Amino acid sequence: MATISESVRKRDHLAKLSGTALYVGDYRDDDILVGKMLRSSKAKARVIEVKVPTLPDGYYYVDAKDVPGDNNVNIIKDDTPVFARETVEYIGEPIGMFCGPDKLVVEQLLRDTEVVYEELEPVLDIDTSDVFFFEYEYKKGDIAKAFAEADRVIEETFETGYQEQVYLETQAMMAEVLPDGKVYIHGSMQCPYYIKNAATRALGLPPEKVRIAQDVTGGGFGGKEAWPSILSCQVAVAAVATGKKIRCVFDRREDIEYTSKRHPSKDRYRVAIKDGRVTAMDIDITYNGGAYTTLSAVVLQRGMICANGVYNVPNLLVKGRVAKTNTVPNGAFRGFGAPQTFFTAEMMMTHVAKALGEDPLAFKERHMVVQGDSTSTGGKFHFNVPLPAMIAKVDSMCDYRKKKAAYSEPQTGRYRRGIGMSLFFHGAGFTGSAERDLIKAVVKLKKTADGNVHILASNTDMGQGLRTTFPKIAAHELGLPLERIYYEYPDTDEVPDSGPTVASRSLMNVGELIRRAAVKLKEQWVDGEEQLIEEHYVQPDFLIPFSLDTFSGDAYPTYSWGVVAMEIEADTVSGTTKVLGAYGSYDVGTPMDYNIVLGQMEGGTLQSIGYASMEQMNYDNKGRIRNNAFSDYIIPTAMDVPKMDIDLYVAESYPFGPYGAKGAGELPCVGAPAAYIEAMEQALGNDAMIQHIPFSAEDALKAMRGGQL
Amino acid sequence: MDTKIHFTLNGKPVTYDGNASNRLLDVLRDYYKLTGTKCGCKEGECGACSIIMDGELINSCMVAMGRCEGADIMTIEGFSETERFKVIDKAYGAVSAVQCGYCIPGMVMATEALLRKHPHPTEEEIRDGLSGNLCRCTGYNAIVRAVGIAAKEGNGLW
Repeated sequence: MATISESVRKRDHLAKLSGTALYVGDYRDDDILVGKMLRSSKAKARVIEVKVPTLPDGYYYVDAKDVPGDNNVNIIKDDTPVFARETVEYIGEPIGMFCGPDKLVVEQLLRDTEVVYEELEPVLDIDTSDVFFFEYEYKKGDIAKAFAEADRVIEETFETGYQEQVYLETQAMMAEVLPDGKVYIHGSMQCPYYIKNAATRALGLPPEKVRIAQDVTGGGFGGKEAWPSILSCQVAVAAVATGKKIRCVFDRREDIEYTSKRHPSKDRYRVAIKDGRVTAMDIDITYNGGAYTTLSAVVLQRGMICANGVYNVPNLLVKGRVAKTNTVPNGAFRGFGAPQTFFTAEMMMTHVAKALGEDPLAFKERHMVVQGDSTSTGGKFHFNVPLPAMIAKVDSMCDYRKKKAAYSEPQTGRYRRGIGMSLFFHGAGFTGSAERDLIKAVVKLKKTADGNVHILASNTDMGQGLRTTFPKIAAHELGLPLERIYYEYPDTDEVPDSGPTVASRSLMNVGELIRRAAVKLKEQWVDGEEQLIEEHYVQPDFLIPFSLDTFSGDAYPTYSWGVVAMEIEADTVSGTTKVLGAYGSYDVGTPMDYNIVLGQMEGGTLQSIGYASMEQMNYDNKGRIRNNAFSDYIIPTAMDVPKMDIDLYVAESYPFGPYGAKGAGELPCVGAPAAYIEAMEQALGNDAMIQHIPFSAEDALKAMRGGQL
Repeated sequence: MDTKIHFTLNGKPVTYDGNASNRLLDVLRDYYKLTGTKCGCKEGECGACSIIMDGELINSCMVAMGRCEGADIMTIEGFSETERFKVIDKAYGAVSAVQCGYCIPGMVMATEALLRKHPHPTEEEIRDGLSGNLCRCTGYNAIVRAVGIAAKEGNGLW
């Protein structure tokens, strides 16, 4: 039998390639009304009056008054309104929605609408914000003693910028009231049951009156974890108020400017050093949450837990907070808080090494955790830490150590080179015990009388390949040809809640439930009969229970590991940078499909390089995001990183994932920035000290002219 | 007076009697119901709406219907009927180059356009030929590999 990792042709390949796959924007029914948001033009204001123009026949306006249930979107803290309350809290906040058959008329109605505001003073800067949505703190060891005994203390502050997901299909959702009174919402999404919970509450309906189905989804990257819950409530409210089919497809500018992004952060590190070793880190992290909480609590938790990187730091004090600002709420983006702190932890270690006159990689290697070490939260690295072998692999791919030494010699020409390496992990699955206490995943396998098997689960394929990999697991366990296993786009009327498609959890956790259900089905198989097998999540018993109150225990059952090297060449005249090569080794346990996992790693690595370099976004002094189009929010093209070599490190096997699989999707989005910036510092000369991403051509020019970075 | 716009769409002569200032992308999707052509930005930046017009790769969001008079336009729906598509299909499938799929019909059209120009492209020519089409999922490597395979396997077709 073929190994599970052997690649197959993806299930959705031909429909997508030939353009026949139906994304929600592709339905061409004549009776669909176009929905467009009336959005706040002020960062903070009281809405005094909305002067809606006379509506032509067949056109509608809906707002908070039309919300039949609770005007709060169920996410975590439920503070995000479906439509604005008496105040608006950020530029772009939806106040209401116009609906009608002709998009041009709807757009004219929007232009003809006057909103009367009483402007209030917005808070735009996290340094001046005094509203903290969440604050946490945890400690390990004896921080005071470590600093008292240190022979050197180094302090630095880092900043990381926004990053926009840029799924190629913008946010898009459709709703209608079915003849039996059920509200049917379908579209582009990661988490059908999150939407079901949110819509049930906003509509004031019992769960059996709300049905959610995923359409073909053109990318998510976290951006379609929580935001579709908001959009779903809005289109569903409009569908109920008008009795019509309502579809809202965001324009690109609307999507970039007014949907959640990776949280910008500001992170202060104090590091105690004794006898050439880091003995303690005192870390203070602030994430810009934007105007509402959405998923910020869990994003911050993950960021804080990773704040000491892959290093054994015996004494830790980690404080973190999410500051409210009157800007678009930030939320989930592949990596989920970890890309920020892995950048800062890696740069801090690099800078400490330089300050001590040691090679950064050698310094990091002396501090890396090994199996059995305790984690930042007093949990345990239960399994092998394969970083040394992965570093050796990357070194062999790009001749890292030799180039690092060569580029350290003084460089004098117009073009200067540098190379850097970043070490990181991604904690697989939800933080803490959420999987056991909140998610409680259920999957079912339905065998039909003709011997075909249908996987019933709520996880979504947004491009990462679950429609192929889930059936591969069942086929492998049952010894059936793949053609006899079906996994369709989930519909909450058909499938149980196997949890959201987030946190690199689907293959590891839900995939394992599918495997176990397949084992049962095989044992109980009766030809010619319809059979139904149900499987529930059980937390592995090796875990040290995690407490969120004290941030103690195993935050994650296992870790996926990554090593990335970046080699760059900076042009001292133009400030522009050429990426000569990106080299990665990723350990996600056993790949469930070699090509699919490789594609995930390559795509994530490029996103991560974009985060470090070209993906610049900021807002002006009114709180308006200026980089709202592809002409000024630049993502990498096929030309930008022509050489990207990725190795899948497959020697590790996680005993509680299917055939040894661990979390995969987010890992490649975590690590590249620190490697890129270390390479940049080397190219710019050894005194260069970079403390922020993204790092632009303008930044490089400033650095080369001896300016402040 | 004939106020209609006459052009060839996927090999068939058609007549459009709507407004000459309408966007080709909207007309393809809304009027001809050819929804394989995707809208990613409507500003000519992302390439999701790529079609082939008179032999050139074009962002259909940047074309007014008036420009289509006499033009020969091929969309993914027409191209997917060809022998060349079968080669591209096999090549993309072999390396799992399709993830979310939203950029993919445009990528396929870009692949066709670049192989017409360079039947045996270098990697640089492939990357250059795809550089007007944004993909956020793949990091482009798999798509570049797929185009290389298609060029090799389709030897003589382009």
